[in-house]
Amino acid sequence: MTTRVGVEVSIALADAVKLANPDVIAAYPITPQTHIVEHLASLVADGELDAEYIPVESEHSAMSACLGSAASGARTFTATASQGLALMNEVVFVGAPMRLPIVMAVANRALSSPLSIWCDHSDMMSVRDSGWIQIVGENGQQCVDNIICAFRIAEDKRVLLPVMLHLDGFNLTHVIEPITFPEQEAVDKFLPRSPFPLPLNPDKPVAMGEFAPPFIFTEAKWAHEMVMTNSKKVIKEVWDEYEKAFGRKYYAVEKYHSDGAKVVLMTMGAIGETASVAIDEMIADGQDVGQIRLRLWRPFPFEELRESVKDTDVLIVLDRAISYGGPGGPLASEVKSAFYDQAKKPKIVSFVGGLGGRDITVAGFKDLINKGVEIAKTGSKNEYEIYGVRE
Amino acid sequence: MAKSETELTWKDLEIGCIINDPGSARKYESGTWRSQRPTYDFNKCIKCGMCAMFCPEGCIDQNEDGHFEANLFYCKGCGICARECWPRVIKMVEEEE
Amino acid sequence: MEKYSVYVPRLIKKQENFAPGHRACIGCGEALAVRLAFKALDNNVIVVNATGCMEIVASQLPNTTWHLPWIHTLFENAAAVASGIESAYKAMRRKGMAVPDNTKIVALGGDGATSDIGLQAISGALERGHDFTYICLDNEAYMNTGIQRSSATPFGAVTTTSPAGKKSFGQFSWKKNMPEIVAAHNIPYVATACHSYPFDLMEKVKKAVNTPGPAYVHVLNVCPTGWRSATDTVIKLGRLAVETGVFPLYEVENGEYKMSLDLPKLKPVTSYLKGQGRFRHLSDDLIQQIQDRVNLDYEKLLGKAKNGNKRTARNSKKGTAKA
Repeated sequence: MTTRVGVEVSIALADAVKLANPDVIAAYPITPQTHIVEHLASLVADGELDAEYIPVESEHSAMSACLGSAASGARTFTATASQGLALMNEVVFVGAPMRLPIVMAVANRALSSPLSIWCDHSDMMSVRDSGWIQIVGENGQQCVDNIICAFRIAEDKRVLLPVMLHLDGFNLTHVIEPITFPEQEAVDKFLPRSPFPLPLNPDKPVAMGEFAPPFIFTEAKWAHEMVMTNSKKVIKEVWDEYEKAFGRKYYAVEKYHSDGAKVVLMTMGAIGETASVAIDEMIADGQDVGQIRLRLWRPFPFEELRESVKDTDVLIVLDRAISYGGPGGPLASEVKSAFYDQAKKPKIVSFVGGLGGRDITVAGFKDLINKGVEIAKTGSKNEYEIYGVRE
Repeated sequence: MAKSETELTWKDLEIGCIINDPGSARKYESGTWRSQRPTYDFNKCIKCGMCAMFCPEGCIDQNEDGHFEANLFYCKGCGICARECWPRVIKMVEEEE
Repeated sequence: MEKYSVYVPRLIKKQENFAPGHRACIGCGEALAVRLAFKALDNNVIVVNATGCMEIVASQLPNTTWHLPWIHTLFENAAAVASGIESAYKAMRRKGMAVPDNTKIVALGGDGATSDIGLQAISGALERGHDFTYICLDNEAYMNTGIQRSSATPFGAVTTTSPAGKKSFGQFSWKKNMPEIVAAHNIPYVATACHSYPFDLMEKVKKAVNTPGPAYVHVLNVCPTGWRSATDTVIKLGRLAVETGVFPLYEVENGEYKMSLDLPKLKPVTSYLKGQGRFRHLSDDLIQQIQDRVNLDYEKLLGKAKNGNKRTARNSKKGTAKA
């Protein structure tokens, strides 16, 4: 049995990557992911991790090198944030339909401009439709566990899709949290080598990355979509197995006192843990509130979401990203669309807040929830509410 | 019975649209493109192979007599072989059809 | 350069790893160059192809022209993808996984993919010293998308984005010297080649691939579609490009320059320019500018080369290679 240690989450994440024994790491530094790639470099330099570390000259080349590496059949990892994710955007979109099992950690940080190094989900939203499996971590332990599960999910023959792991920049990457690391032997057993079925190899030549005229493009996209939707089953299986091996269970939608609650707050990311403190205080105060936390972003867990708020009257969704001139919060607009055709649905109120690292305190969450309930009653002339702006 | 390309379903595609059949493009008849074709006076041919060397299609090969001749299934009629042939064996003529 | 024997069948292998049935234009010099380059190599090769003519003509779903493992992803990242493959093979070999030994990695990119949009990736890959070969297939414009100018388009050439008109004479800048940029990265082997000198091209590709560390071969390909020249003059134009000094053939091995061809006297550039519609509009003044620049650059190159013919340098000072 391993002990619990206090480790900075970036370091812990890099140590989890070491446990997974990747073959190639191609990474470019960007705040706030730097500690992850720095620690990985030192692990390689000390011989603790046997991998090729490619110090690429940009994020675009980082993801490109990952494509080449995964296509050759090697276990591949990278990490980035914000502008880096935006720079590698076209490569990210290419990697998923090519079915290359790359694992990438994204330290969520606001997209410029103005320049911000602090946390929000605008970078996550910019690659929403890229076709990657996307899982969100809310604390250090989850980040470590997510890494190990990610390699297993990505390399499963029924999936073979790249996996993106989101974690809040600074709020997670730069804080020390209590982590229980799985043991190497147990991880090796959980993560056996699963070779890519058709790698680049002169013994058996294949051609990857062809062009598709209109007569076949739709079929290519549908094949990808089928894999994506069917991957949810595999993700659940992996999480079940992880619980058996390591004792921690994960769900696509984590419920926190939400069963039967009339008012539920929905969050994504580490800010959810602050919100949970507010929920505790409000419950102690006699209010009928609960919380759900989205952990699986793609494939979107429609059934689990609907089930988790089946008795709820008001669902308040907090987005840490904004879609200008549109429905406001991307998460909220997806949630609204998930309920549109349902006979029974909660009133959904969209809040956008916490942009560019702006904190929402425990008191702030109580205020937000109360405002949300008010708006659910009286309605609003806005498509969504912005929380915390000084007007 | 192999499906034609426009009949392929999404299940027929290999993962990631990978092609697992090297050189499968050989079935494409690029010869339909040409408007002129090479004709030969093999009496002059010295079997040097320079035409085969310079063919962008790579469709020139030795026939049973050892002379180099273009495979009209692929030949696009560019005329490079005729131009580069020193003994002037090859003459380009308009496609009749 | 050795004299080629008349018996081609004995000197190059029959197998076409870049098979017929591809969709390149009639008389495509670039397809010829790729075909020849891969005749110089065995089958233990992985090909990384940037977006461009050769990628498109060879890879329409659901077929492929290639008999070698081949990957295409994007336009500007062939060198970065090649870096990933090289590192993966290194790691997998070290960990005892079943991969062949001595697999060579060859990245193919057009002039746009190399000297414009892909310059960053190639510079990074060269600096990191990956063991791979980059072959630049230079047809002097973005041909696949319809003949737009690149930084490799020569001065005065007409392209769709550098057209000649009342206020413009075509491409306003001089061709970017990509081999020199690559040589400045101090890699062990850099060479220029042309499909009109097939044995030279094949030898250079073989040498590049067998050089440990990064190697680069810059191949000039005649594009009759884009250069507006007759399809059967492809080989002749390539020869003229070399014989006029517009595209000199040379190698840089560990920093030492070596000319591939002994040219006692350069032919005048007009003999090269006149077969191409893209230069049809040039005034005598512009042609003279081109001639002067060619003379100057060739002299500079000879100065660097150990085996350059010094007589040529002296002749061009007197301006004998007239327009």
